[in-house]
Amino acid sequence: MSRYVSYRDFDWVLLGFVLLICGMGVMEIHSATLHTKFAGAHVKQVYWVLAGVGAMFLISLVNYQALLEQIHWFYIGGVGSLMAVLLFGTRALGAKRWIRIGGTHFQPSEWVKLILIVAVAKYFADMRQRELSWGDFLKAGAIVGVPMLMVLAQPDLGTALTYVPIAVMGVFLGGLQWKQGLAVGLLGVVGVSAVFLVPRVHVLKSYQKQRLTSFIDPELDPQGSGYQVEQSKIAVGSGGLWGGKGSQTHGNFLPVPQTDFIFAAFSEEHGFVGALGVLLLYFIVLMRLTQNAQTAPDRAGTFVVMGVVAVLSFHILVNVGMVVGFMPVTGIPLPLMSYGGSSVLFMFLALGMVMNVRMRRFVN
Amino acid sequence: MFGRDEKVSAIRLTAAQYIILGIFLILAYGLWRLQVMQADYYSLAAEKNRIRNVPVLAPRGKILDRYGRTIVDNYPSFSALLLRDSTRDLGADADLIAQGLHLDPNEVRARIRRFASMPQYQPIFLKEDITPDELQFIEAHRNELPELDTIMAHRRLYPRNGFMAHLIGYVGEVTDDMLNQPQFELYNPGDVVGISGVERQYNNLLMGTNGSRQALVDSHGREVGRLGETEAIPGKPLKLTIDIDLQIAAEEALAGKNGAIVAMDPHTGEILAMVSGPTYDPNDFAVRVSRDEWNKLVTDPDKPLLNKAIQAQLAPGSTFKIIMSVAGWQEGIAQNLHVHCGGSADFYGRNYKCWVYFLHQSHGEVDLEKAIYQSCDVFFYTLADRLGIGRISKYATMLGLGQKTGIDLPNELSGVVPSEEWKIRNFKQKWFAGETISVGIGQGAVTVTPVQLLRAISAISMGGKMVVPHVINPTDVPPGFVEAARYTEVKSIPINPEGWNYITDAMTRVLLPGGTAPSAQVPGIDIAGKTGSAQVVSLALRAKVKNSSEFAQNGWFVGFTPRRNPDIVVCVLFQGGEHGKLAARLATQVIKAYVDKQRLNPPKMVEKPKNGTVDVGGLWSDPDSGKQDPLEAGRFVLDLSSKPMVLATGAPGMTTH
Repeated sequence: MSRYVSYRDFDWVLLGFVLLICGMGVMEIHSATLHTKFAGAHVKQVYWVLAGVGAMFLISLVNYQALLEQIHWFYIGGVGSLMAVLLFGTRALGAKRWIRIGGTHFQPSEWVKLILIVAVAKYFADMRQRELSWGDFLKAGAIVGVPMLMVLAQPDLGTALTYVPIAVMGVFLGGLQWKQGLAVGLLGVVGVSAVFLVPRVHVLKSYQKQRLTSFIDPELDPQGSGYQVEQSKIAVGSGGLWGGKGSQTHGNFLPVPQTDFIFAAFSEEHGFVGALGVLLLYFIVLMRLTQNAQTAPDRAGTFVVMGVVAVLSFHILVNVGMVVGFMPVTGIPLPLMSYGGSSVLFMFLALGMVMNVRMRRFVN
Repeated sequence: MFGRDEKVSAIRLTAAQYIILGIFLILAYGLWRLQVMQADYYSLAAEKNRIRNVPVLAPRGKILDRYGRTIVDNYPSFSALLLRDSTRDLGADADLIAQGLHLDPNEVRARIRRFASMPQYQPIFLKEDITPDELQFIEAHRNELPELDTIMAHRRLYPRNGFMAHLIGYVGEVTDDMLNQPQFELYNPGDVVGISGVERQYNNLLMGTNGSRQALVDSHGREVGRLGETEAIPGKPLKLTIDIDLQIAAEEALAGKNGAIVAMDPHTGEILAMVSGPTYDPNDFAVRVSRDEWNKLVTDPDKPLLNKAIQAQLAPGSTFKIIMSVAGWQEGIAQNLHVHCGGSADFYGRNYKCWVYFLHQSHGEVDLEKAIYQSCDVFFYTLADRLGIGRISKYATMLGLGQKTGIDLPNELSGVVPSEEWKIRNFKQKWFAGETISVGIGQGAVTVTPVQLLRAISAISMGGKMVVPHVINPTDVPPGFVEAARYTEVKSIPINPEGWNYITDAMTRVLLPGGTAPSAQVPGIDIAGKTGSAQVVSLALRAKVKNSSEFAQNGWFVGFTPRRNPDIVVCVLFQGGEHGKLAARLATQVIKAYVDKQRLNPPKMVEKPKNGTVDVGGLWSDPDSGKQDPLEAGRFVLDLSSKPMVLATGAPGMTTH
């Protein structure tokens, strides 16, 4: 029995802040692409945002609990689509990420992310214990791990990494024990060192390794992988307190300023004050989301919202971290600001799920 | 019971919130660090990104001969660039580009791929030294192929077929070794500098200074503003003392042979011609030379890369006898020495042969004059024995042998003048008197370079005036580039005038019947000289191997005209030429070219005499003298100091009122 779902319960405040961030993004894309071949991208971005808002409303109509029940099918479908990519995918930029269906390209790894959030939520929602047993722990890992490995095989390191926070948030909230956390931590350290330090281990291709390590010392290879990091830091730093003229962005020194490095472009033009302001906006959005998680009607709802929080935070951490030189270049976009349809769509679909949960918080 | 509605642990939720807060604080700190703490550093870096110093290339100075004729010049060379900033599909354009530039399209695509990881603002060099039609192609396709561009550089153009290659040298990118040397410390990697020859010796003069243009650029390298400009200072032209006409004669004489020819003005030391064979084409080095070609040149046993005029250290053979003659005369021995040459003589238990021995002849009674023009070995064995290596070494050294001449070319070698000290220093052994004997005829341990021999004989021909050979005239060079004093220095070697006359007269008989090179004589020119046939292995050994060409002797000749205070001295080294007389023919070819040219020139006008008198030579008829032959010849002096004289006839350069 469902009570009338009112759009008053729609989180308009959240939407407001989100659109504010999107607006800044569009503004910055416009400025960054002004004299380049990408001019006019900001217009496309507006279309994506509008489409995203539409999708958000749509998905908030379907009761998320119904979606949860059917999640198995979605999961199989998701894995299947990833398989299809590996088998039939079109190669672009050295990776197989897309499948052509009809005339358009689809990037399955993005919608699989959404499916995973819901799948993980369902898994933990169905759990009977307060604490996680080893078996549960490993099963949770497998749910996320299998698609993650398939994405890694494309190879798409960046997107594969974004699956990790879903798992992490899930097990953390699901009652991860200290021991298990420590064990995973250690395994992680050993695994990472093996990948980088032991020459025989061929998990990552050498260019991927180089990309990851060059952020430590970009001077080592200023014209190659370290180049982007250096340019980003120069752009950000030259913004100063209040922002500058944007010579780096406009002079084409900053690579891909409308996508991965949009935050650098923004920081250059609006300085510390502007950049901090945007970070504040993101923080408000995240806190608002967490509040929605706390007021969710059931465990599943909380997990869904927190899954979104995890993915969002991870994106922000990795992208802004990269822009200021704390993180390696991984090609992960800044949600809501970076130009790109799949990123925008994903975010709004995820937000749609959150709205979905929130709108039903008084429903039993 | 733990059910679906059981809330997620509130603590954990709050913990998650704090973790997120922590992440944001870290990010804010990252921003703070860059935008507040290190703002200045990054502002500067941003500026540097924007301002580019574009070099404006300075053209290298031309190289001219003594009359200002151009020997080496530059030509503008264009390279084709591929700019990668545009939206163009370079792969699709590759076919058209390849067609227009006469390249392989797959290679073009491969190049693009290879440079894909480099920043987009760096252009790729597609082809250097493009032809005019390729340049046309790029210009004509500015719209269809905007990614193509050109850049201009100056390239050196050297005379073809290796003409004057060793003297001129060639240019190339400065090497790391050179950068470490103090004279090159102001140069940067990538600078084009002289690597050998005159190009290297006078690189500072020729090189000029690149200017620069400060431009505001974006990362595509597009200039979006101009800030300032320093002009390029072109290199200065270099005038050599070489006379192209004489150089041509020398090159023709040595064509196809191994060795060297050097011609010099004995009054000043100016080098008029210098050839070394075999030669190579330095234009090959201007475009990149392949490793194979370079190896071929370096390992060639005839050593085409050596400038043999200054770097071939070989036994001088009988040409050394002139130095011996001077030594002998100054020591009072040679002028009174009479020797009987029966074809060989014994010294210190060994039998030393004269070269006539192998012709089954002998020289008979020999004095210094005959010993010179017939090149009698036995005479000079004897003289050497009487002088001893100490005195021989002293005079040889005085005449500049065993040392560098100081010519203004790089990598000159010094040759060897043996002595007792020399042997102990280098071989830790005592000098044996028997070794002096071979030195007497220019064999054994003594070695010379052609330019050293040239200078020594030149000094003897000038009565002891020894000059420093040089290839540029210090007065033609702007101040500060050359130590003029070094090249205008003239040493005075004490040579008895009587000895000087005697020896130079004897040397003219070398080219007359009875001498060792009569076939080289040129009618109408008074040439004095000395031949030399330097053995590479002993004559006896050669006889054993049936005179195989592998051990062919080196032919030497040094000659000058006229016989005293000459106008020109020429030294020829003819490797494998066997006989000095063949070398003599080459030398007289050069001398003839010189004299012919001089005779074509209008007579030089005499300057107004300083002390008011003029030497006049004349031929007159004095029928009243009572002599049988009324034709008189003589010299007399005219005094012009008091008042202008009225003369019956005018002679060139004199006034008639």
